[in-house]
Amino acid sequence: MFYTMGQLSRRPLGSLMTASVVGIALALPSGLYVLLENVRAVSRGWDGTAGISLFLRADVDDDGAVRLAHTIQTMPQVASTRWVSRVDALAEFRKASGLGDALEALEANPLPHVIMVRPQTAHTAPEDIRRLVDDLDARPEVDIAQFDLQWVQRLFGIMAIVQRGVLVLGAVLSVAVLLIVGNTIRLAIQNRRAEIEIAKLFGATNAFIRRPFLYTGLGYGLLGGVIAMLVVGSSLELLKGPVGQLAELYYSDFVLQGLGREASLVLVGAGAALGLTGSWVAVGRHLGAIEPR
Amino acid sequence: MIQFNDVSKRYPNRHEALSHVSFELPAGEMGFVTGRSGAGKSTLLRLIALIERNSQGQIIVGGQNLGRLRRRRIPYYRRGIGFIFQDHRLLLDRTVFDNVALPLVIAGHRHQEVGRRVRAALDQVGLLSKERLYPVTLSGGEQQRVGIARAVVNRPPVLLGDEPTGNLDPELSRDIMELFQRFNQVGVTVLIATHDVGLIRTMTHRILTLKEGRLVNNSGGWGPA
Repeated sequence: MFYTMGQLSRRPLGSLMTASVVGIALALPSGLYVLLENVRAVSRGWDGTAGISLFLRADVDDDGAVRLAHTIQTMPQVASTRWVSRVDALAEFRKASGLGDALEALEANPLPHVIMVRPQTAHTAPEDIRRLVDDLDARPEVDIAQFDLQWVQRLFGIMAIVQRGVLVLGAVLSVAVLLIVGNTIRLAIQNRRAEIEIAKLFGATNAFIRRPFLYTGLGYGLLGGVIAMLVVGSSLELLKGPVGQLAELYYSDFVLQGLGREASLVLVGAGAALGLTGSWVAVGRHLGAIEPR
Repeated sequence: MIQFNDVSKRYPNRHEALSHVSFELPAGEMGFVTGRSGAGKSTLLRLIALIERNSQGQIIVGGQNLGRLRRRRIPYYRRGIGFIFQDHRLLLDRTVFDNVALPLVIAGHRHQEVGRRVRAALDQVGLLSKERLYPVTLSGGEQQRVGIARAVVNRPPVLLGDEPTGNLDPELSRDIMELFQRFNQVGVTVLIATHDVGLIRTMTHRILTLKEGRLVNNSGGWGPA
């Protein structure tokens, strides 16, 4: 153990470079993962805009609309409802569209009552929302239940792709880490071939010879994990300013989330596991071939 | 201590390096294996150290039949043997102390014990003052003595030397041989391969002469053959 640390510290630059390569390889997927988590946090905050608009039939009066709004409010999947009366809607439309005079020419208000429904956050998955929309659409008072399903579905679709991408990238780069550590250990074994032969001649067991190499691989993995953590952390720190400004433009109090303690532990743990596995494979493949001459 | 019964060693696609060799070296004795290059001296020693396995016959070392020794037990068996090479095979990036300490570290001795035993071994070969130096700064004779210190530091009952004086001048060779004799006098069984017949004739030990893999002369002990 101490010997390994001695070896690592005796060649600080080389060791640091190997650990850095491991760190960068680990930082890529974990950085993407953090960004994905942040997008998720943002989209969770968007459930207000992803509301369902119920356009009621023209023959439903004010009382009927209010009663319906209350009924829907009591549904477990629904967070809140807001009733927009046809009068209000017309006034708003007049103001927003600039077609005031043209609308004056109409004999009657062409707009229906509208009830805005906000689903519960727990029910924002596309299938849940579709079920809710179908359910609402089936009510006799409702003419059309409209939900910008496509938009949310697309977002979720993109997020699923990114999520899968993070997994694939993580897997590929994990293999890369295995190879990097494995190759480094292979070189270390070759460099110390004479030493291994002598040690075997003087009665060293395979376990004894294996140990320092395994510790070395573990060291690379651990150090790589820590470096990855620092890389992700400092990158996020750099992004924080611009993201804050953008959020301000959207009147959002969104703050970029970091890795968090749990994910950091997982990251360092994954680095250590990969380092250990890589060195284990290398040691298994190359150590057995060395027998004393 | 070392017993060969009709031992042969064949290499794949090559002639027999050893054929039908039988001899016995009792515990506490010292012996020489001699013969020309390629006569099978090194092979004989390598079979004892289990660097190679014999193809035929039976080798018994310290009551242990090597043919029945399982692969996993080999490291523990080797801890009972001190091996000395012609080219000393010291680790050049380690100090003299660390080189000699290697067998003790392998056997898992405690730190203080290691220091004590390494200094004792270095003292025996007269190199106590050089423990902090690196092998390249030593002379050929000193390097070989470090190799001997490494071989004896674990106090193995058997010492094997493969041409330990091969690279040394006659005077240094004599010193090294006297060193081996001293270890033999405290009960270590010593077997040394050498082609330096002139040197060993002056000593009174068993001489095994090999010729093309066959034992042609086994002159036992006391007196020149």
